[in-house]
Amino acid sequence: MKLIKIDKKSLKEGIDKLKRTYGVFGPVREKDEFEFKALGAAEMPDFSFSNTRMSPKAIVYPQTQLMFTYSLNDADDDCRILKEVPMDERPRAVIGIRPCDALAFPLVRRNFDTPEYQDTFWVKAYEATTFVGLACNVPCGTCFCTSAGTSPFGKEGLDVLLVEDGDDLFAEALTPKGEALLETAGWTAEAGGGAEEKITALAATANEQISSTVAFDNIKNREILELYNAPFWEEEGFSCINCGTCTYVCPTCWCFDIQDETYGKSGVRMRNWDTCMSPLFTLHASGHNPRTKKVERVRQRFMHKLKYYVDKYDNGIQCVGCGRCVRLCPVNIDIRSICNKMNNFDSEACKCETASS
Amino acid sequence: MTGYTEKIREIAARLLTEGKVDRVIGFRKGTVPMMNQPHYVTSPAMAGELIWDSHCGLNLANYVTDRKERIGIVAKGCDSRNLVTHIIENKIKRDQLVIIGVPCTGMVDRSKVCALVEGEITSVEESDDAITVSGNGFSKTIAKTDVLRENCAVCTHRNPVIHDEMVGEPVAEQTGVDAYASVKKVEALSPEEKWNYFEDLISTCIRCYACRNACPLCYCPTCFVDESRPQWVGKSQDPIDVRTFHLLRAYHCAGRCTDCGACETACPMGIKVREFTKKLNKDCFELYGWEAGLTLDKRPPLDVYKTDDPDDFIR
Repeated sequence: MKLIKIDKKSLKEGIDKLKRTYGVFGPVREKDEFEFKALGAAEMPDFSFSNTRMSPKAIVYPQTQLMFTYSLNDADDDCRILKEVPMDERPRAVIGIRPCDALAFPLVRRNFDTPEYQDTFWVKAYEATTFVGLACNVPCGTCFCTSAGTSPFGKEGLDVLLVEDGDDLFAEALTPKGEALLETAGWTAEAGGGAEEKITALAATANEQISSTVAFDNIKNREILELYNAPFWEEEGFSCINCGTCTYVCPTCWCFDIQDETYGKSGVRMRNWDTCMSPLFTLHASGHNPRTKKVERVRQRFMHKLKYYVDKYDNGIQCVGCGRCVRLCPVNIDIRSICNKMNNFDSEACKCETASS
Repeated sequence: MTGYTEKIREIAARLLTEGKVDRVIGFRKGTVPMMNQPHYVTSPAMAGELIWDSHCGLNLANYVTDRKERIGIVAKGCDSRNLVTHIIENKIKRDQLVIIGVPCTGMVDRSKVCALVEGEITSVEESDDAITVSGNGFSKTIAKTDVLRENCAVCTHRNPVIHDEMVGEPVAEQTGVDAYASVKKVEALSPEEKWNYFEDLISTCIRCYACRNACPLCYCPTCFVDESRPQWVGKSQDPIDVRTFHLLRAYHCAGRCTDCGACETACPMGIKVREFTKKLNKDCFELYGWEAGLTLDKRPPLDVYKTDDPDDFIR
C-alpha cells in the first residue's frame, strides 16, 4: 500500500490544481447544514462535517435531469423528434465523500448499468466521476455501515481514500483513476513509516464507535409472502405521513419519473426523482392504483430495500447504513428496527400468539 | 409536563379496559434523541408504550382523518384545535373521540438544541422547565424557553380547547406575546426584499411534501400538485413550480391553520414554512377576528358569506 501525505498547504494547492481539470465537488456549510456542492474558484471543501444532510447521489443523478428536447412546430424539420440534451461529460471529482455514500454508487450501478440495459445519463456521469473518500474518524449514533457492507474506513466505490490525522491527511490511491487524480493534484509526497499503523489504529477506533447494527441473515431464506403478510406492518406504518424524505435523502433510492413539459410549440422531456411513498408512484393510467394504502407503501420501501433487492442481486441489502432516513424521518420510522423485525420475524410464533389471544 | 406520561397511560388503560375506545393514539419514545413517534395502542397492556415530553411536536389530529372506530386521542392545545377543525369539516365525528387533553408548555425545536452544543447528542433528560443534553464529553442544561419551537414561543392557546379527560391542571396562557412579529418583519420589506427573502427561504426545498403531509388540514384525496388531469404544477425542481407549491399550500390552509408547527417540525431541510401560513393567519385575525379551531359553534370565515365581511380590498 502506497500512502501519500497531504498537509494543509498542499491540500489547498492540490484542490486549486484539480479545479483546472475537474469539476470539483465537496462538502460545504449551507444554512447550518452541510451539502455537497460544486466548489467555486476560491472555495475549499469543509471537512468539519459528520456527513452531509442530502446524500451526494445528485452529483451523478440530479433530482431533475433534462433528457430530451422536442419541437411541435410542423414547420421544423425535426418536429416531434426527441433530441438528446448534451451532457456535461467533463471529468468531475467528489472530494470528501464518506465510505457509506461511496458504496452507494456501485450499489446503484447494479440497477443503472446492466449487460442488457445502460442508463446512459447515469453511466456517463458515473464514469466521468472520480470518488475521493474521507474516512470517518468519528461516526455518529445513527451509523450502521459496518452491518451494511462497508465501514468507517471502507474502500469500496472509492478511487482514493483520505484519512484525517490531525491537520494532515493520508491518501491512498485505490484505482488508476485515483492515481491520476493524485498526480494531477501534485499529491505525491510519500507518507513516512508508521502511517499504515496509524491508519489501522484510527480505523479500529472508528469501528468500535459504531454502536448500532442491523441483521438480515434470515431475510433471504424467508418466503416473500411470509414477510409481506407479516402483522407488524400495520403498527410500524401507522406513523408514516407518506412524505418523500426517506427516499430523497437516501443515497441508494434510484427511482425516477419521466415528465414532458411543453411550452407552446416546444418542450422538454425530463426525469425527476420519484418516491414510492407517494400514491402517485403506482397510479395507473386507467385510474387503478395497486397501492392505495399508506401501510402498503411503507411495506414496499422496506421490502424493496431489504428483501426484493437481497433476492435479486444476492449482494446484501439496498442500504449502506448512512442513517439519513433515521435522522430525518419526521415521524421516526427507523430502518434499523424494521430490518431487525423482518429478520427476527417468526410467522409460526405469530400464528400461535393470534390463536391463543 | 414530565408527569403527564403516567397520567396518559392510566387514562389510556382505563378507556381501553372500559371499552370506551378501540384505540388510543399518542406518542411512543423515539429511537433517536428528541424524536418521538406517533403511535396507537389497542389494549390496556400496551398503554405503557405511550409517553409525553417536549418532543411531541407533530399534530396527532392528522392521524384521525376519516377513521371509523372510536378513538382516544392525546391532544395538546394545537392538536385540540385541529380536532375542532376536523369535526367542523366532517373528517371525524365528535362522538367517536375521547380527547385526552394535555396542557402544554411548548415543544422543543431539535435544531435549536443541536446548534447549542458541539458534538452529537446521545441522551436527553427533561425537568419541568429545562432539558439536559449529553454526548461524548459534554453535558449541558438548557432552559426550555430558549429552545422552544417558534410557534410554541408565541402560542396563546396552550390548553386544550376541547377535551373529555385532562392529564393535568391547566397551564397559564402566555400574555404579551406578539404572535405575528415574524410576519410584520416581512411585511415591512420592499417587494424586492420580500422576493429575495422567500426565494432564500425555499431554496433548499426538495419537494418531499413532508410539510403538507404532516398537516392535519391537508387531507384532499388528490392534492393539486399530484393531479395529472389536468396537471396544475410541474414536478421538477424548477423554482416556479417549487414556489407554486408553497404558496398554494399556504392558501389552502387560510382560515384553518392553528399554527401547530407540525409542517416546520417535519421539514427535513429546516425550511420555515410557517412564514407563509402565518401571514394568512394574521390576515384572518385582522379581517375577521378569527383564530382557527377555538369553537365548534362557528364556521371558518372563508366557509361562509356575511354581508358585513370586509370588502375594502375590492377596488
